[in-house]
Amino acid sequence: MHKIFVSYNNIISSLGFNSKTVVNAISKEKSGLSLIDNPDVLPHLVFASVINDVLLDKAYAEISTNQEHTRLEKMMLLSMDNVLKISEINITKKTGLIISTTKGNIDAIDDDNSFQPKRSYLSSLANSLKAHFGFTTEPIVVSNACVSGILAIAVAKRYIAIGRFDEVIVVSGDMVSPFILSGFDSFQALSSERCKPYDKNRTGINIGEVAATALVTSKSENLAPEAVEVLGDSACNDANHISGPSRTGEGLYRSIKNALKEAGITSEDIDYISAHGTATNFNDEMESIAFGRAGMSTVPINSFKGYFGHTLGASGLLETILGMHSLANNTLFASLGFEELGVSQPLNVVKTTTKKPLSIFIKTASGFGGCNTAVIFKEVNSIK
Amino acid sequence: MENTYYISNYCSIKNGKASLNGNSQITSSETEIPLVLKNIYKELDLNYRKFFKMDTLSKLSFLAAEMLLKTPTEAIEERDIAVVLSNNASSLDTDRKHQKSIADSTNYYPSPAVFVYTLPNICIGEICIRHRLYSENSFFIFDDFSGEHLFDYASSLISSKKSNEVLCGWVNVDEENYEAFMYLVSTEKSKIEHTTKEINRLYQEL
Repeated sequence: MHKIFVSYNNIISSLGFNSKTVVNAISKEKSGLSLIDNPDVLPHLVFASVINDVLLDKAYAEISTNQEHTRLEKMMLLSMDNVLKISEINITKKTGLIISTTKGNIDAIDDDNSFQPKRSYLSSLANSLKAHFGFTTEPIVVSNACVSGILAIAVAKRYIAIGRFDEVIVVSGDMVSPFILSGFDSFQALSSERCKPYDKNRTGINIGEVAATALVTSKSENLAPEAVEVLGDSACNDANHISGPSRTGEGLYRSIKNALKEAGITSEDIDYISAHGTATNFNDEMESIAFGRAGMSTVPINSFKGYFGHTLGASGLLETILGMHSLANNTLFASLGFEELGVSQPLNVVKTTTKKPLSIFIKTASGFGGCNTAVIFKEVNSIK
Repeated sequence: MENTYYISNYCSIKNGKASLNGNSQITSSETEIPLVLKNIYKELDLNYRKFFKMDTLSKLSFLAAEMLLKTPTEAIEERDIAVVLSNNASSLDTDRKHQKSIADSTNYYPSPAVFVYTLPNICIGEICIRHRLYSENSFFIFDDFSGEHLFDYASSLISSKKSNEVLCGWVNVDEENYEAFMYLVSTEKSKIEHTTKEINRLYQEL
């Protein structure tokens, strides 16, 4: 079977509009979270990571004059445009387009929104991205709650492996909206402080917005310096509860186990875990149990939620890209907000940004509906 | 693709009619979706209280899966059945309910029981809980039913040994429209070959 790689990538976020800028900000432990005091968004104060509209419109004006695109489409188009340019790929009939999002243009269902309600259909978003760049294949939208972004990479790999595509542009995006904030608030899951994944004093999640893009390809020529090979992947269900994770971490444990099996490696070969770490009590606790069962308690682990909040359907792709840059820079980035372990099973949470030789990492995520995904990546360029 | 797989069973729920393998099983004279689904639930003689907490998309998907998986010859969880569903309207039916609850700041009543269903894959979660499926799952959105994509994805899951069988389908709820079409892909030889052409033919039969 052909090797499959994740190569050129981009992040559009409150910390910058390309991966390099964003990784630089993270290496300085800079957070994109800020206090949102806007009753139109949520009746009370909340921390969130939001992209500046002025900067977004300015960057978008450099790639298009089309004002028919929604805010989310502008974010995603900017992200894709960057990857298509730096990767210099030509879009052919064997180039796939996979989009991961939970809510897409959900703001369009609001009567007060200037866009038609039909824009809230995810296929409308997909067709708009497809048309802009002239993709010829039908776009595939993955909408599987908070694992969407990492699952989309597994899906891209699977489609390439069976020969449907030679390469796939995977783009993820979700926005901070009253729809999302009110929903998580009704669950009493939102923190009014900066989130603190795995910490003893964690008080819940922050929501954030990003668009992220990565090229997934079977071609080993012209790979990005930070490119990784996809070694194994799995997405198993908890079969337990639709809004709470399994107490035994069953689905996540099975996902990790299956991904290791496909990769042909053991938990001892994993240098680093880019985990989900939403900073809710239940999620972080469940992850500690699953990683313990998988024999990964001592593997360095972080959550990037302290930098961006939970970016929903984009988080898995965003955090995979950051993991790739961790390997390329041989750097474990601090799990921002973490001070003292507050889960029942031991975890080796990265407290301060540290240099360390890294070769293989696992990205995991878990979400509503009992879904989980684990994907294992190995660096391609081992020049240290 | 070298390996040939088979469609062991298929079912549908549409226009008040629930069919299994092309044979009509249950017909409801009701026209409104909740009543149709309640009829089918009763006719299937189920006793599963969680059903009544589900949103329409989950109820519809749950019932279709129930028809396909209800009489297992061996413990279902031993069969390692992946669940791969798709639709056009995502969870918009429930999204509209949640939106209604937050549209007016003087009448603001968002509910976690509604919000949790504002994701299309929740119906997969409901099926997995019911049948104890700790297996691969994914939800896809397309313009229209895509037999080709379901074929590719199911074939990939079985050939890469990620699953033994795949429960595939299209489950859509949008305003007053609804339809469910599900089928089981298996390696065991049966009458219908697993091909894009056959998947599309069975879907057209609805």
